[in-house]
Amino acid sequence: MAFFLEVLVGGLLSGVMYSLVAIGFVLIYKSSGVFNFAQGTMLLLAALTFVSMTERQVDFKIAFIITLVMMVVLGIIVERTVMRPLANQSLLSLFMATVGLNYFLEGLAQGVWDSAVHGLELGISNDPIFLIDEFPALGLDIIISQFDIAAAVIAGTMILGLTLFFQYTRTGLSLRAVSDDHMAAMAVGIPLNRIWAIVWAVTGVICLIAGLLWGDRVSVSFTLTAAVLKGLPVILIGGLTSIPGAIVGGLIIGASEKLGEIYLAELFGGQGIEHWWAYTTALIFLMIRPTGIFGEKQIERV
Amino acid sequence: MYYREAGRLVKSFASDRRMLPLMEDRWIVIAFLAFMYIVVTATASDYLFSAILIPMMVLGVATLGLNIATGYTGQLSLGTAGFMCFGAFAAFNLVLRLEMYLPFAFFFAGVIAGLVGIVFGLPALRIKGFYLIVSTLAAQFFAEWVFNAYPWFLDNNSSGVVALPPHHYKVFLGQESTPFNAVFWHSYQGRYLITLTITLLLVLACKNMVRSATGRNWMAVRDMDIAANVIGISVAKTKLMAFFISTFYCGVAGAMYAYCYIGNLDFMIFNLRRSFLIMFMVIVGGLGSILGSFLGAIFVYGWPILITRMGDWIFGGGTLDTAFVENNSKIVVGTIIIVLLIREPGGFAALWLTTKKKLRSWPFAN
Repeated sequence: MAFFLEVLVGGLLSGVMYSLVAIGFVLIYKSSGVFNFAQGTMLLLAALTFVSMTERQVDFKIAFIITLVMMVVLGIIVERTVMRPLANQSLLSLFMATVGLNYFLEGLAQGVWDSAVHGLELGISNDPIFLIDEFPALGLDIIISQFDIAAAVIAGTMILGLTLFFQYTRTGLSLRAVSDDHMAAMAVGIPLNRIWAIVWAVTGVICLIAGLLWGDRVSVSFTLTAAVLKGLPVILIGGLTSIPGAIVGGLIIGASEKLGEIYLAELFGGQGIEHWWAYTTALIFLMIRPTGIFGEKQIERV
Repeated sequence: MYYREAGRLVKSFASDRRMLPLMEDRWIVIAFLAFMYIVVTATASDYLFSAILIPMMVLGVATLGLNIATGYTGQLSLGTAGFMCFGAFAAFNLVLRLEMYLPFAFFFAGVIAGLVGIVFGLPALRIKGFYLIVSTLAAQFFAEWVFNAYPWFLDNNSSGVVALPPHHYKVFLGQESTPFNAVFWHSYQGRYLITLTITLLLVLACKNMVRSATGRNWMAVRDMDIAANVIGISVAKTKLMAFFISTFYCGVAGAMYAYCYIGNLDFMIFNLRRSFLIMFMVIVGGLGSILGSFLGAIFVYGWPILITRMGDWIFGGGTLDTAFVENNSKIVVGTIIIVLLIREPGGFAALWLTTKKKLRSWPFAN
């Protein structure tokens, strides 16, 4: 039982890492209907820029601020040059445009910096915690990674902040209006372009945070772009339009992945099944709820 | 110009149903085929056959397959390379275990890949839009995993890569190991001719499908599936049909990729990046266009080669390292995709149509 719990908790915590990627997706989809495939590469670009600067003896804080500014500027440029000319195009072309953007940024990031593997140390301890020693009252004899907890706290803070931002600020209100209906939002005088620029800039910041945490976990290299593939089933389970869905989806995928690896892999010859298992889990959830757990139900008319 | 439909009256149903109603178009196609079959076969170098022409045609077939699902039926698919992988392994096992003649193995490999495609297309009946990519991505990762986890598919070869043995090629049209077979399959001309013929047959089949009720049903479902349902089209049947045909094409392409192009079997090359590359070919070429599928394949496949060649030509041999070329071609292809989507959402195929329209009224302005 303790082993099961340990696997479950480990899975839930690693699921939070997936949620980090997923939040950026949801934010853009919610406010502009764009399925941003370039998320993983933006993550890579942010982490790679940061790492390359710290390796050149730039101070941690300064490097962070420079990368932050760069990601915000990048977000605004993307809105100007890619999203604005494509406004009111079909969702498929917008998706394809982000795939093109993905390729562009991939070439750029590796062309400007390099494609070597960089180590990244954020200074968060990676030591495991023995829960029975720290909190004997719980009576649980399991081990938890300290880093995972830190990541979970950061993700939780981000989600709380975003939720408050969406619910209680004027910009958040405009964002919700835009996500509901572009045309109607423009008709009541909401500046669509500015809203989109804000969204892309905020996404850039999320990418930076997620990129640093992922970079610390798995080192900064091209494989970081695979984070996008971890985030995909998460948002599809949670629903493309729901920020809490990103968290719930992340927890489900994380837990299911770890549990599947431990308890199901035997059935399939003991080979790593986690790549397709996450997608199969997502598929099962989608067959029950075709727009995810919290996704908006689409009503179609002829 | 004389190149237009005006004034050409059809006098029989047969001529009304022609695939290419304009005489000029027919001549162009015949001349092009004659060029490909006679001039190219006789003159092209081995490099041109093995590194340019064969892969471009094979990838063109895969692009056409994806175009059937995405361009004609509107079902987003990111599992193209996975389906190619199923096709390649199916062909290998059919030849290995049933000693099937290679062209038949290609066909049945397509059928097997198509059946796999139906399985992964089933969720399309319930899930729509972006949510559907989860199913095709599952297919992609499942393919990469299953051929890695079960070496049986690779004839229990532990290395993960099998060089396709010569005796797989020797059977051709019922003859066992005649000198003709050996020469035909082991010369690049032979492989080129077989690839060209299969490609031609598949293109003809596709052209006829999209101009018949099958294709019209696909397009109706793409444009609005509820409306299609209302006018009496079975959406489920149409979607599954599209998935079957689409993955059939991908499967045949995968089998040809292994047998006619690289000559070995390796699940690693049918990875997600290849799926994306094929999707780029669709976008760059034009969604819902047969010509576009091949133009896209030619461009996306040919661009890195062109860059390398130009670099060698300008700066002297071997100065441009592969990383530079790769990054550069990524940036350029990415930019071209975005620019095309903004300026010409129809891709290269639409550019060709515009040119044709201009040609019609030339020398007058429109």
